[in-house]
Amino acid sequence: MSLLDIQNLTVTFPTPRGPVNVVDGVSLTLGQERLGIVGESGSGKSMTGRAILGLVRPPGVVKADRMAFEGQELQGLSDRAMRKIRGARISMVMQDPKFSLNPVMTVGRQIEEALRTHESLPRRALKARVAEMLEAVRIHDPERVMDLYPHEVSGGMGQRIMIAMMLIPRPRILIADEPTSALDVSVQGQVLDLIDELVRENGMGLMLVSHDLHLVGRYCDRVMVMNAGRVVEVLDAKNLHAAQHPYTKGLLAAVPRMNETRAELPTLDRSQWAST
Amino acid sequence: MGFDMSAIHLKDLNIFYGDTQVVHDVTLDVAAGESFALVGESGSGKSTILKAIMGLAPDWTGAIEVDGKPRSHGPDRAFSRQCQMVFQDPYGSLHPRKTIDATLAEPLLIHGLKNRDARVVELLGEVGLDARFRFRFPHQLSGGQRQRVAIARALALEPRFLLLDEPTSALDVSIQAEILNLLKRLRKERGLTYLMVTHNLPVVAFMCDRLAVMRHGRIEEIASAEALKTGALATPYARELYRLSNPEETAEEQP
Repeated sequence: MSLLDIQNLTVTFPTPRGPVNVVDGVSLTLGQERLGIVGESGSGKSMTGRAILGLVRPPGVVKADRMAFEGQELQGLSDRAMRKIRGARISMVMQDPKFSLNPVMTVGRQIEEALRTHESLPRRALKARVAEMLEAVRIHDPERVMDLYPHEVSGGMGQRIMIAMMLIPRPRILIADEPTSALDVSVQGQVLDLIDELVRENGMGLMLVSHDLHLVGRYCDRVMVMNAGRVVEVLDAKNLHAAQHPYTKGLLAAVPRMNETRAELPTLDRSQWAST
Repeated sequence: MGFDMSAIHLKDLNIFYGDTQVVHDVTLDVAAGESFALVGESGSGKSTILKAIMGLAPDWTGAIEVDGKPRSHGPDRAFSRQCQMVFQDPYGSLHPRKTIDATLAEPLLIHGLKNRDARVVELLGEVGLDARFRFRFPHQLSGGQRQRVAIARALALEPRFLLLDEPTSALDVSIQAEILNLLKRLRKERGLTYLMVTHNLPVVAFMCDRLAVMRHGRIEEIASAEALKTGALATPYARELYRLSNPEETAEEQP
């Protein structure tokens, strides 16, 4: 049984010119694997992740023929039941640690809170789990880091703390929404390697949402390309360069290369497939 | 206009924010007509150098000369005719309550230039924006369109130097390609000199003639774009950045 089974997911927002489907009939399944979702701004890739966690705020409306996590339908669950899944069973790492960590709470307290929300443990055990988790994200002096505030840590460390916080309840699925785009190149690799390692070790499912095709190709097994709310193409990551759809090809070609010789970069002719 | 004379000349530049020194002993020369990149991690001082040249980071020692003239420590009206800056975030750098028309006319107005109406239309055309965008507000434009407006505004006074601070890092790759092509074309047509900050080495390979690799406020290495393309960088840090930016190709070299 797959961890996640989504059929015909639609997210609709009202606009002055009538309702717009920002996600338009997306179907996907996720097993113990790494699935990449790629697309440009406005392609609906982040909304897909948010819809799974029930984080689409009104006036947005989420509909699907089926949206099941480990066989359990997520639609129609009470807020209370959803809270038991969100964070504990499916969790999400967001883009920028600067905005997703609480600035007035120490790092240790925040990670501890993530665990305490879902499990009741004695105080000492809590602290031990937090220290263990920080070591797992390669923070070597957890005792010191626990007492720091978010502004006292670097972006890369902040993102590792976010990952620790998201993984401490031992979820089955991790949704990582552009987890490294706010980070320097030198740190990006470390953070992704870390996510990769933890996901594999714990037999989790990873959904990596990004605009960077090459990055997703490197860290995922399958890649789903989205445009204007629809799935354009699903590929094995190793066959990324053999992409068939002109949109995927266009995205790949638009990226400058290190040994660049082209005088001009090819740009997308949006009139071919974009509806807006 | 040849490459022989130094258009932007920095010598022993030290820049401070309060008691903290963020740039140490930076010396570099950018030739007229050249496109030069500053690369490095966040906090390496690359954007601060652009700010100091513009007069936005006034606390510095050493020498900054642009077009043979020493720079003062603050903003300077005559200098702004020569040199303009394009910022990273097109969502933050345009006034949200001003129409595109007002944004583009403002530098012309400040400098008392005539024919503002015709110039604004001309500027829109040069950056590839349709005239119907003229009376819109920034929120009615996409990120790429806004960055085109920011570039048009920088070009309004017909400067010879553009300082570009991560001009495409907030944009999608397909939009990035459009903006990079635009910048490349403008430089060729107008003989502009670019000093560009970026952390994206492939963008440097596409856009620039030379680059300086910075770390902790110092220049580690100055290299040609050719050296970058072939990975022939001298210092370990620059090679490490190259390896991290180019994982596919460098992975293949290893057994």
